[in-house]
Amino acid sequence: MKKLINDATAVVNDSLVGFELAHSDIVRVDHELQVVYRLDAPRQGKVGVISGGGSGHEPLHGGFVGYGMLDAACAGAVFTSPVPDQILAATKGVDGGAGVLHIVKNYTGDIMNFEMAAEIANAETGVAVETVVVDDDVAVQDSLYTAGRRGVGLTVLLEKIVGAAAESGADLASLVALAHRVNGAGRSMGMALTSCTPPEKGSPIFELGDDEMEVGIGIHGEPGRERRPVAPAKEVAAMLVEPILADLDFRGADVIAFVNGMGGSPLIELYLMYAEVAKILEASGVRVARSLVGPYITSLEMAGCSVTLLKADDEMIKLWDAPVQTAGLRWGR
Amino acid sequence: MALDLAAAARWTARFAALIEENKQYLIDLDAQIGDADHGANLDRGMKKVMELDVTGFASPGDYLKKVGMTLVSTVGGASGPLYGTFFLRLGAAWPEEGDAAGLGAALRAGLEGIQARGKAVVGDKTMVDALAPAVDAYDAAAGSGTGPALAAAAAACAAGRDATIPLVARKGRASYLGERSAGHQDPGATSVTLLLDAAAETLG
Repeated sequence: MKKLINDATAVVNDSLVGFELAHSDIVRVDHELQVVYRLDAPRQGKVGVISGGGSGHEPLHGGFVGYGMLDAACAGAVFTSPVPDQILAATKGVDGGAGVLHIVKNYTGDIMNFEMAAEIANAETGVAVETVVVDDDVAVQDSLYTAGRRGVGLTVLLEKIVGAAAESGADLASLVALAHRVNGAGRSMGMALTSCTPPEKGSPIFELGDDEMEVGIGIHGEPGRERRPVAPAKEVAAMLVEPILADLDFRGADVIAFVNGMGGSPLIELYLMYAEVAKILEASGVRVARSLVGPYITSLEMAGCSVTLLKADDEMIKLWDAPVQTAGLRWGR
Repeated sequence: MALDLAAAARWTARFAALIEENKQYLIDLDAQIGDADHGANLDRGMKKVMELDVTGFASPGDYLKKVGMTLVSTVGGASGPLYGTFFLRLGAAWPEEGDAAGLGAALRAGLEGIQARGKAVVGDKTMVDALAPAVDAYDAAAGSGTGPALAAAAAACAAGRDATIPLVARKGRASYLGERSAGHQDPGATSVTLLLDAAAETLG
């Protein structure tokens, strides 16, 4: 294992120290509980929007804390959901009297820990907590016999859109409805060219040959659905986009198209992939209204990418365009 | 043997030692069908449990409840809420008189807590596949006393653990693999067998 670290057990803490120093105009960090707060949280009268999850997906979620997006993010250990204490502190810390929205990616551990925290928060302070679960990964087909579809790339788009609505003063019930609409209208599919090494494990999470790729991965280094020989980018793009288009009818729709890097693939490859994705979308009668290309929800140093398409109505586009000031996404102010 | 505070502390200490010894083994099992964090997370949690000052607790039940809260607060993932809920319910139901039937009821309360939190049933390829037959075996042997009952429970737990190997996972991250999860031993069923082994060694 070659990593820029001091101590494999202190990576999350050490990284949060640097994150706070680098973005002290946007966030403050509770280092004991590993919670990233927006500098001006709690905002009176505004619904608090929080998320969280295992570390190793940076900039998700801490990098999306700030004006127009999240009020707080809880950082778990690498690839491990945060614990209820963290989520409870974040919930109380962003409660401005209008309730708190939990945005949770659909993983068994995340669901259980957020659920315990929401129960305790409500019992202790009476704060209204609503939870929306993101489950956009079409790689998981048989959701009746599994823990359900995973929450992946759509999480970034949902946090931006719902965060913008919260910033504009939407109430808790409307935010929940909006989040459900976004989750219902977005789909993702990912692939890996290489595995990744969690610092405490010290070796790759799965073995992948030099001439192999894994299609249908999640974001925690879980092995995917299918292992295939490495193929040209245009074929990889088809392997990712076609299952998405087969799962939800995007024809004639305006979409936000998101090509995400898994952490180890350079932008030169991600833009090349975006060109291939755009070609397929055009041929399929899908109009790209907005796009996002880059590593926003990663899996440590894994090489590979994912594609997310969101069928976006006018309100979602308007909220997407609204100003945002976070470490990971910034425009309009 | 009395099921007093010292006994409860011996049990958790032995479990912590077994988890430390088997940390890499659990990580490797989890890497096959999960995300390779089970060993490190449980080890971190049990090390925190070992920092508790046992003499500060009024009863074994109070101590075990604190063990549960500590695990919930430090383990994360699915294991934190599941092991945490187990110890919380176990502590709440811990028998005041150290009788064999009472310990069986406490173990069942722990199992029911895990099932309420995780919604898993036998056959889903989870810790429930090992713990549920263990609690049944304990009850069946409880008439012979705590020692034989715990020995029977540990054996049934190990058999349940081994029986997870051919199963296709239906809960947790392993379920994403579908058929590819078959042929691998479930890490949660493995760690809960260490918990029952520790119980048989220290409470029997």
